[in-house]
Amino acid sequence: MRLEVKDLHVHYGKIEAIKGVSIVVNEGEIVTLIGANGAGKTTMLKTISGLRPVSSGQILFDGQDISRMAAHDRVELGLSQAPEGRGIFPGMTVLENLEMGKYHRKDRKSEMKEDLEKVYHLFPRLLERINQAGGTLSGGEQQMLAIGRALMARPKVLLLDEPSMGLAPLMIANIFRIITEINNLGTTILLVEQNAQQALQRAHRAYVLETGNVVKEAKASDLLNDPAVRAAYLGVGAH
Amino acid sequence: MDFALLRDAFWMLTFDGLALGAIYALISLGYTLVYGVLRLINFAHSEVFMIGTFGSLFATGLIGVKIEDEPLTDGKMVFTLLFALVIAMLSSAIAAVLVEFVAYRRLRKRGATKLATLISAIGVSISLVELFRIMTDSLPREFPRIMDKTFLVSYAGADIRNDKVIVIVAAGLMMVALDQFISKTRLGKGIRAVSQDENTATLMGVNINRVITVTFFAGGLMAGAAAFFYILVYENTSFKVGFFLGISAFTAAVLGGIGNLRGALFGGFVLGLMETYTSAVFGTAWKAVISFIILVLVLLIKPTGLFGESITQARV
Repeated sequence: MRLEVKDLHVHYGKIEAIKGVSIVVNEGEIVTLIGANGAGKTTMLKTISGLRPVSSGQILFDGQDISRMAAHDRVELGLSQAPEGRGIFPGMTVLENLEMGKYHRKDRKSEMKEDLEKVYHLFPRLLERINQAGGTLSGGEQQMLAIGRALMARPKVLLLDEPSMGLAPLMIANIFRIITEINNLGTTILLVEQNAQQALQRAHRAYVLETGNVVKEAKASDLLNDPAVRAAYLGVGAH
Repeated sequence: MDFALLRDAFWMLTFDGLALGAIYALISLGYTLVYGVLRLINFAHSEVFMIGTFGSLFATGLIGVKIEDEPLTDGKMVFTLLFALVIAMLSSAIAAVLVEFVAYRRLRKRGATKLATLISAIGVSISLVELFRIMTDSLPREFPRIMDKTFLVSYAGADIRNDKVIVIVAAGLMMVALDQFISKTRLGKGIRAVSQDENTATLMGVNINRVITVTFFAGGLMAGAAAFFYILVYENTSFKVGFFLGISAFTAAVLGGIGNLRGALFGGFVLGLMETYTSAVFGTAWKAVISFIILVLVLLIKPTGLFGESITQARV
């Protein structure tokens, strides 16, 4: 297993946001966490990448317990995230944003050119915007930049937080096509999404999160046909 | 009011104002850098400057230059200038890093509110002032004349004094160096990233605490340089020197748009010129009054300062 979360509990003050969640992400998979607003999806990703402290439970990366490790050190192990709201540095150019993705790999300057080429290949639009300030990009371009920047770190596991949020349908389809392409190139992906339809079509396995608990775990294709999931998250069936 | 003086001595005043402005600008960079990464006004920064002036004194003491000595010449003068500059910069930078370590880091780790941190900053500032008051018996200290101060040229009634030329040129070089550091180097980019989005910077593998240390160090270096230039021109210091200079430099940072480096530079020079002109017209006693009236007017029209953008756009 690449990434394993065991009985994770996370608090915001006195409120328990994650109440004993266990998930597994295997090498080469796309695993998705779906659920409504406030279910704890973003908190899960923030805790895995180290932005939120763990109350109890474990996060294992390649078997190593990283639950107390500083966030910036987890990046070095191979965890990389395109965060909620994209987190583009608004006053930096597209190129500088991408270079930031390699910040921790100071000894790997030689990889820079090669990896930039790879990102431009996936997102040709970024190459056209290379000297533009990140804050002036459209929502879709910012999402491309966030994913491209995360890839610059050469992650073993890529964490994606709501890549479809606020995007037009055509752009959503485009982003999800590229997510599959990134996975085909060998990167394991943990994808958090409210857009369950797209996420379930692209993922291998899925977890359904409700108010801090995993209520269902299955192959993604099975959940697509699950009447309860269809009613709750896909807006079809049941009624 | 003496507008005739302003008219007759305009270029002289402008030159003096630029020298003073260069000192303000260097100090205000520290306020704005720290504000960028911590969203916090480091009220102890004025004392970081004050320590730099005493660092300069310490350096000349080490070399054995005495108050009653004739001005130095040639190689010894150049060496003393550089040595005192370096010592001043280092003492301020180390002081700044220590202040961060003692007064801020622990509070930050424990999730203290901004107000608690603010009080901590003021507390450190007062402690340092009082410490130096005790150490100096509340007396000002004179700085030896390490270079012969001569007028290089006279232009349109302005006598260009050599020490002030050094101050303006050296301060300019330092600003360029800092600008290059922030925009070109890896650590500089880390500072900008933390200023713009701390969480995302962490996700890029930026060690926030290290960036904060570097930020305080860089701000301290600039304040130390300002301290040396100040004492070179005015040839004395005291435990309260930081208070007056600090208020002006802080005003300059706000005037230019806090969090914005170029704004701080611009604000520093504008304030230096304004203070010099208003001193000539209304008398020295009025300079702070006029400066603050102008600051308030600018903020009324543009609350983010002259160069200030919205926080999300802030380019540090």
